[in-house]
Amino acid sequence: MIFSGAAATFIRELRLAWGGGGGAALPLGFFAAATSLTPLALGPAPDLLRAAGPGVLWIALALSSLLPMERMFQADLEDGTLDAYAGSGVALEGVALAKIAAHWLATGVPLALASPIFWVMLQGPVAAAPLVAASALIGGAAFFCFGAIGAALAAGIRRGGLLIALIAMPLYVPAMIFGAAAIYAAADGASWREPLMLTAAVALAAAAVAPFASAGALRAALD
Amino acid sequence: MAVLSYFANPQRFMAVSRPLSLIFMALGVTLILFGGWLGLFVAPSDYRQGDAARIMFVHVPSAWLSMGVFAFMAGASFVSLVWRHALADVAAKSAAPIGAAFTLLCLVTGSIWGRPIWGTWWEWDGRMTSVLVLFFIYLGYIAVWASMETQEKAARAAAILCLVGVINLPIIKFSVDWWNTLHQPATFFTGDNNATDGFKYPMYVMALGYLSLFGGATLLNMRAEVMSRRAEAIAQRRARQG
Repeated sequence: MIFSGAAATFIRELRLAWGGGGGAALPLGFFAAATSLTPLALGPAPDLLRAAGPGVLWIALALSSLLPMERMFQADLEDGTLDAYAGSGVALEGVALAKIAAHWLATGVPLALASPIFWVMLQGPVAAAPLVAASALIGGAAFFCFGAIGAALAAGIRRGGLLIALIAMPLYVPAMIFGAAAIYAAADGASWREPLMLTAAVALAAAAVAPFASAGALRAALD
Repeated sequence: MAVLSYFANPQRFMAVSRPLSLIFMALGVTLILFGGWLGLFVAPSDYRQGDAARIMFVHVPSAWLSMGVFAFMAGASFVSLVWRHALADVAAKSAAPIGAAFTLLCLVTGSIWGRPIWGTWWEWDGRMTSVLVLFFIYLGYIAVWASMETQEKAARAAAILCLVGVINLPIIKFSVDWWNTLHQPATFFTGDNNATDGFKYPMYVMALGYLSLFGGATLLNMRAEVMSRRAEAIAQRRARQG
């Protein structure tokens, strides 16, 4: 019962996240604009861009993954869908997990797949491009999980986007450190396995905490 | 648990907390004045850092309290979520601005100390960075309380955030340490006596003073919160009666 509910929720959320409001296009556009501003501020010197590129890419990735968060739970809270979920016997934890997975699939995965393009534009070595996508895929999952906690806490607040950013940013620290370290190591030809595995560990820990924390926050918002 | 349920009655809490808050405040001020005198005039000056090391008597206790207060808030949040204890969320809410103030004091005094000793106002080393992140977590927690419509919703949301924060703090600490470490390693409670006795006693006196001040200020904040909730309830009742 719980699993069939979660599967149906997942398909619904995936359709909404992909179809509603431009889907992945908007965060992708923001991602592109944010990374393109960097050379304009830092100057076009290839050495400087090569040194700053991995960090810039990760900041842009973190900010872009915050974009879909504000409407993640808020829309369903406003139109009563969450009440329907809560009344239907489906566990809100499953709903939260389905939403996180759907939004990550609809926005996080396209961002990760696009990141090698900007990596190469920021003078990163082409050989490291697959690793950039892999680390963005894994680190993005951590961003979406922690962002979802902030989104659930701020679901009942109008213009809660800034609150989500303030809540999520400190939680982004570990994924940011290990993810950026992995692609810095890859660019330097050093061992990227440890930071990448630590990024994955952070993402798994986030995935373990996020459904329960989000569901608890949603229950508080529904009362 | 017996203590918890004893103070679950706000009436009893208000009666007991009035003298208790004043005692804690007075004790805190006395201990900090005494510890300040010990630290400034009695403790020997450090043979390498000179008198600059004396700011540690303000810095180190505020660092301890910045973490201790968050742990206290996490405990109160847990009690508030699990047992719906009437005063636990009031306690967590009241402690937050004080904890944030200790964290800010820790960052500012560390920065002032760093200028002559490290030759820089700010260094992105492991411990400083994780204290800065802790400060942001405090700000987020306070923002959640400030932005919710009702106290009940705010209490539960803030408690969830506090517990998520306390689960993540060790991970953040580990990651930031892994990222960069320049700060000197822990000196106190490490087993080998790095700090001399002349340096230790003023530190402990100051730490106890901070702790008392925290207790007193939190109780005062809690009393104000309980009173404002009562006033709110009375105003709502009046409005309903027309």
